[in-house]
Amino acid sequence: MATATGAIQLEHVTKRYGKVVALDDLSLTVERGVFGFLGPNGAGKTTAVKILLGLTRPTSGSGALAGAAFGSKPSLGRIGYLPELFRYQSWLTAREVLALHCELAGIDRARWATEIDRILATVGLADRGTSRVGTFSKGMQQRLGLGVALLDDPAVVLLDEPTSALDPVGRHDVREIIRALREKGTVVFLNSHLLSEVEQVCDAVAIIDRGKVVAQGDLAQLLRASSVRVRASGVTREARAAMSRFGELDDGADGALLIRGIDRERIPELVGAMVASGARIYAVEPQHESLEERFLSLLGQ
Amino acid sequence: MVVARQVVSEASRRRLLLALLLLTIVVIALTVWGVSRIDDLRNAGQPLSDAQKKTIVSQLLILVMFMFSWVLSLAAVFVAAPAVSGELESGIALAILARPISRAEYILGKWLGLVALVAAYGVAAAVVEIVAVQAVSGYQPPHPLEFLGFVLGEGIVILTFALALSTRVAGMVGGVIAAILFGIAWMGGIVGGIGAAFNNATITHVGTATKLVLPTDGLWRGAVWSLEPSIVIAAQQQAGPAVAANPFFAAEPPPAAYVIWAVAWIAAMLALAIYSFRSREI
Repeated sequence: MATATGAIQLEHVTKRYGKVVALDDLSLTVERGVFGFLGPNGAGKTTAVKILLGLTRPTSGSGALAGAAFGSKPSLGRIGYLPELFRYQSWLTAREVLALHCELAGIDRARWATEIDRILATVGLADRGTSRVGTFSKGMQQRLGLGVALLDDPAVVLLDEPTSALDPVGRHDVREIIRALREKGTVVFLNSHLLSEVEQVCDAVAIIDRGKVVAQGDLAQLLRASSVRVRASGVTREARAAMSRFGELDDGADGALLIRGIDRERIPELVGAMVASGARIYAVEPQHESLEERFLSLLGQ
Repeated sequence: MVVARQVVSEASRRRLLLALLLLTIVVIALTVWGVSRIDDLRNAGQPLSDAQKKTIVSQLLILVMFMFSWVLSLAAVFVAAPAVSGELESGIALAILARPISRAEYILGKWLGLVALVAAYGVAAAVVEIVAVQAVSGYQPPHPLEFLGFVLGEGIVILTFALALSTRVAGMVGGVIAAILFGIAWMGGIVGGIGAAFNNATITHVGTATKLVLPTDGLWRGAVWSLEPSIVIAAQQQAGPAVAANPFFAAEPPPAAYVIWAVAWIAAMLALAIYSFRSREI
């Protein structure tokens, strides 16, 4: 269960591999809901998850997972994990893999059969339970891995790129599973580079690039900071300087000006500043920035 | 323990045990056939004396068992060297180590499973071979239980070493290192024997050192001794100290202190494997 310290907590966590900084002073707290950890490949997302699980030790910093120290038995006993590199024993059947994890997780043996049936149904493998994992497609192995992570209703579920091998139907199924977990009160930590995935299921996100968090907050808040298109004439150098105080200034292809990363509440202020510097304004069009645009603009910084 | 059972189940599901047992049955069948032909041997037209037959059978048995001990040890290396590194490379270990199981439990489980495999194969093969040879020739080696102990000890030593390597290096690398050192230890035993034969202290010390650093050959000498009938030991001793270099002969069993050393060596190597895996980043 989530404790007072948060289901997932990282405090000033830094991880270096020699000279390479994989994580740079990462701090975040997740209390509830679905948390999206977004970043391009190689940004440090998997390193963060491995530190949470105690598979890798941080160079500095501290934290907790499911209310206990990273990698401790109480912590690992309350979580489920789907690795990015998901592979299960090819010589076992799906049911045997799940039974192995039931045993490792210390689930009462009398409950194994019903729990395994429930999991296989949840991840859509009900009719393949007795097939060897070696005969599974990658997508089916990932479904099995998701099932392994969901065994025994863990308090926190860590999913590292959970749909990387899935087709659109599979992706939809995973979204439904994540939504069902949120309904149950399970905390989900979703590592992904797929913005649409995060946009559709996450309550809060952190965007990470080269080991550093470049933005963090709930999704609505992050998207509120958006951009505005302004059609104007007589924009002097002074006017441009005034505009760039509100956000990142760009010349649009059609002669309009684009100010990115501006808080919507400040748009009237921007217009006032432009008028004061002598510009003539014909149109002001606030743009809805998608997470993708926001993501790209943050990474571009 | 669940990790140990997985090791055994993997070996049987992947038909490793089946392959080993089938090949072993072939070897045993061949030796039984060979031993059964000894009665047909003639020395200057005369049938061999019982003592001659016994010597030949015992030497044949030692040779076959020597091959077994190599197969057992190298098979142990092949299975143990990728035991941890292979699961880390494939990612299988990620899901397992994210369960409430300590790194020490994981390594101990792997070790127990591997020891169970080596013991099952070693006992089955040796017992069938000894019983089959006895059935055909009536010859029974003097210390069959000690033989099993020494041969299994040899296998477990090299297995534990390969497992320790497996916590740090890829299976192929660990396997090659363990196999080469196993060969060097065997050579070291011969070298040490040559030193003893020529009263050269330095060379003798080299042999002793290799016996201590990797106690596979030292244990093998114990296995040889337990297969030798007293007439062979008597005959070889008359041949002088040079026979110490012969890897198929041992005049006496290894001292008890050496056996204790080998057990302590295994325990220390296992502890090293656990320490190495604990401090490893995954």
